[in-house]
Amino acid sequence: MTATPLDILLGSDVPAEAGLHKAAGLPAQKIIDEVRESGLRGRGGAGFPTATKWQLARDAAGTMKFVVCNADEGEPGTFKDRVLLTDRADLVFEGMTLAARAIGASHGIVYLRGEYRYLRPHLESVLVRRRAEGLLGATILGVAGFDFDIEIHMGAGAYVCGEETALIESLEGHRGEPRNRPPFPVNTGFFDQPTIVNNVETLALAARIVDRGGAWFARFGTPGSRGYKLFSVSGDCQRPGVYELPMGTKVLELLELVGGEDAKAVQVGGASGRCVGRAEFDRSLCFEDLATGGAVMVIGPGRDMLQVARNFLEFFVEESCGQCTPCRSGNVALLEGVELLQAGRCSMAHLHELKALGDTMRLTAKCGLGQSSPQAFLSIIEQFADEVLGQQPRA
Amino acid sequence: MTTEMRRTQTIPRAPTSMQINPIPQAPSELGEHGQIEITIDGQAAQVPYGTTILEAARSIGIRIPTLCHHPDLCVAGVCRICVVEVAGQRNLQASCAYPITAPLQIQTHTRAVRTARRHILDLMLTNHYGDCYACWRNRNCELQTLAEEYGVDWFRFGHVKQPIYPIDASSHAVVRDMNKCILCRRCVRTCIDLQEVGALEAIRRGADTVISTFADKPLSEVVCIGCGQCINRCPTGALQANDPTDEVWHAIDDPNKHVVLQTAPSPRAAIGECFGQAPGKALTGELNTALHFCGFDRVFDTNFAADLTILEEATELLIRLRKALADHVPVSLPQFTSCSPGWVKYLEHFYPEMIPNLSSAKSPQQMFGTVIKTYYAKVHGIDPSQVVTVALMPCSAKKFECNRPEMHDSGHKDVDYGLTTREMAAMIKEAGIDLPAMKPSGFDDPFGTATGSGVVFGATGGVMEAALRTAIELVTGDKVERLFQHANITPVRGMAGVRYAEVTIDKVGPVPDLLKKHFTSFDFLLGQTLKVGIAHGTANAKKVLEDIKAGGKFASCHFIEFMACPGGCLGGGGQPIPTSPEIRAARAKAIYAEDRGAAVRKSHENPDVLKIYREFLTDGPCGEQAHHLLHTHYTPRGKFIV
Repeated sequence: MTATPLDILLGSDVPAEAGLHKAAGLPAQKIIDEVRESGLRGRGGAGFPTATKWQLARDAAGTMKFVVCNADEGEPGTFKDRVLLTDRADLVFEGMTLAARAIGASHGIVYLRGEYRYLRPHLESVLVRRRAEGLLGATILGVAGFDFDIEIHMGAGAYVCGEETALIESLEGHRGEPRNRPPFPVNTGFFDQPTIVNNVETLALAARIVDRGGAWFARFGTPGSRGYKLFSVSGDCQRPGVYELPMGTKVLELLELVGGEDAKAVQVGGASGRCVGRAEFDRSLCFEDLATGGAVMVIGPGRDMLQVARNFLEFFVEESCGQCTPCRSGNVALLEGVELLQAGRCSMAHLHELKALGDTMRLTAKCGLGQSSPQAFLSIIEQFADEVLGQQPRA
Repeated sequence: MTTEMRRTQTIPRAPTSMQINPIPQAPSELGEHGQIEITIDGQAAQVPYGTTILEAARSIGIRIPTLCHHPDLCVAGVCRICVVEVAGQRNLQASCAYPITAPLQIQTHTRAVRTARRHILDLMLTNHYGDCYACWRNRNCELQTLAEEYGVDWFRFGHVKQPIYPIDASSHAVVRDMNKCILCRRCVRTCIDLQEVGALEAIRRGADTVISTFADKPLSEVVCIGCGQCINRCPTGALQANDPTDEVWHAIDDPNKHVVLQTAPSPRAAIGECFGQAPGKALTGELNTALHFCGFDRVFDTNFAADLTILEEATELLIRLRKALADHVPVSLPQFTSCSPGWVKYLEHFYPEMIPNLSSAKSPQQMFGTVIKTYYAKVHGIDPSQVVTVALMPCSAKKFECNRPEMHDSGHKDVDYGLTTREMAAMIKEAGIDLPAMKPSGFDDPFGTATGSGVVFGATGGVMEAALRTAIELVTGDKVERLFQHANITPVRGMAGVRYAEVTIDKVGPVPDLLKKHFTSFDFLLGQTLKVGIAHGTANAKKVLEDIKAGGKFASCHFIEFMACPGGCLGGGGQPIPTSPEIRAARAKAIYAEDRGAAVRKSHENPDVLKIYREFLTDGPCGEQAHHLLHTHYTPRGKFIV
């Protein structure tokens, strides 16, 4: 964990329960208003405005509402939620609790990535302590009607269950497959009840925002992407780790920080993200430019870009839920295309067709996984055309 | 808490990923039946709040292609062939799964849409093994049709050269060839939602996804009732019935074999669809001629056995009622019908404790098989071992039924082969016969008289109607027309999934000779209200069975008709493809029309049936001989097969 001068989440002086104490004294709507003022957008990668999601859930009719913390951190190259859950579990639960107050939920669920099973005893012990301290359970902080508790649900290793509707399916005991949308989980989520699914980091930030005020958070970042963001940096660099940086940080700035200036490319956003070459290193890490849930993979000068593309496509061939045609079979077709390119046997016509297929996948897949799965391939083909097309034909 | 919520969801419905989530209530300013203004391809329309884009487009005559969508099933939104462009949205939207809740501008065939559809077809074809001309669904395949419509002229992303999955032909009813499967999951939704059996589900993930059974076992070793509803809804040739056509031809070609065919009412009401005719026209007479041309030595009407079934089953019911009302001895009521083999297997698997309620009378198919190999063979001096009985049925479970080990009461396999309507249509085509052009002819003697009661067996409620016509007349000694105009017992008709009716017995007559063995008088029935129920589709059957267990309305019924397939036999798993509520309604019309036109409409008035009780089953319905030849027993199977 690498600290930077201003720490919102990772600093050693983050006060305990300040946000929750404030939230307990505020009308529920004021909590949402504060979050709206902060301009906070979802930290899982999609960047949906958090206040809007909460407002929709708050306004939705339902017999029971749910706060789900998406801790199924499955995106290759992302590990910032693990750090938060390890070192800032209280902050995450605090965020869930005040979100519950904001939308009127009585139940919270942490959907914990299967591989993070080892964290469960720690998280359970934090929950037990919080209940004892009156921060969970009935009448939280002595506020009548502020009742909320959290349970932990283990994921089982499917990447797609990080997609919010697949996550809900999995919670309900079904095969983890994305649902048809609209309508959205804010109206019909867990067992058809209004449900918000928020990333670990989003919830932790919400706790800080309610403490310090939306205006404070909105001072940082770019107009479209306020505040700070955790970045999971890995790959060919000297100082990999979790960095807390303002939104809008340029790729090159980050590379300098982590000791990866000689990179050939950077994969922003994990397997489902976009590959940027040196020519684009002045682009910014924010929702308006290069959106990311935090994964930044540094690709060193010695790497074979087709191999990089192949690696990601193999991942999607395996991790597609298998439900919709474009994702299930499209990724196989793209992978076969990469194999042809590697063998120097892919015609320009076929490459053109593969690009068009990638566009079709982006447009027609049922969920975000399928829609983003061709991105890495498409961006590598676009930015490294010389390398990609320059393979010697092999048998 | 959440675990408890999961536990309370006991109904094995398709997961919500295979449905449209409930949409929020319409905003009040729209009113209860609020209409929303949309335009599709520039054409303005008003549709009710919540209509899907697909429904809206169809309502104004715009065709959007579909594959995973089926009128009988919940929405899946998985094939993505129905994508359209919605103004203001970044992605294309699956029109089948997009409920309209706000004004939209939709375009259904932009360049992006056409390209996407073609790509999706190309992708489906990469994994779709086989050549169309070697497929039983050739020219009746939704994938093939779309490939043609979208101009697929080559396999641009490749085409699988070798089969990947072994063909599972373990079941007598359904053969699964997953190499042709396009993962539309209609079979899954049919099995889970329509039938609540749940034999099929997607397993594995990503490119390895395949539809399979529990623990990937052969279909014969899992809880499958063989109803074949999945076959009827498969868009490709991945599912088909276990086809014995070759064996049947072989028997026809063998000069030593006397090949007898019995045909049920539903196949003839639907077989015309295999020859390009619109649903709803029965080809009974034409089919008789065609079957003779094919080489069958005798063509009999299963209705004869249906009448026999009615006499046996109605007598059994009256005996149960006598035990309950007059003798005051414990007896299992309500009595359940037993003519649908899919339903029988469903009960054996899911409610084995209710087997005593099942009528012990065999189904018409099996009764006829026994009668042919005993009575008919004896009367005509034919060696029963040389008789081959073939049953033309609308059903795939009938193939399972005729292979049940207990079905050897004639001393031989009572029914040798079960053919579906589709297989018979293929045989007729193979013989070069143009079925609709045939000159109609009648059924062969000695079972030439068909009653209308036998015919209505084909539609849901038909067995009940036939049984009531007979029971009422036998008990009251008066015409059923006194209670129901033209003997049409309309309260039991219709397509509602679960139905209930009552008939009060306001008078009793003398006991007819046929039943004197069992009854001295019917006084115990006087003033009683006969309560009957009807359910079709095993999901509906389950509702009724659960109601009985909970002591509800159906627990006080006396007689309940169950059919495994939606619509009854006319919607059976062996019927022509496609199927839809409209097609089934048209077939039902054809069946009731045949009933109306029948000279004899009540089973107990069938002279051939009365003759067999005089000459052969001399101790009458439910007598010693009848019990040996016309009744059977059942096997508790449970949900776990070891």
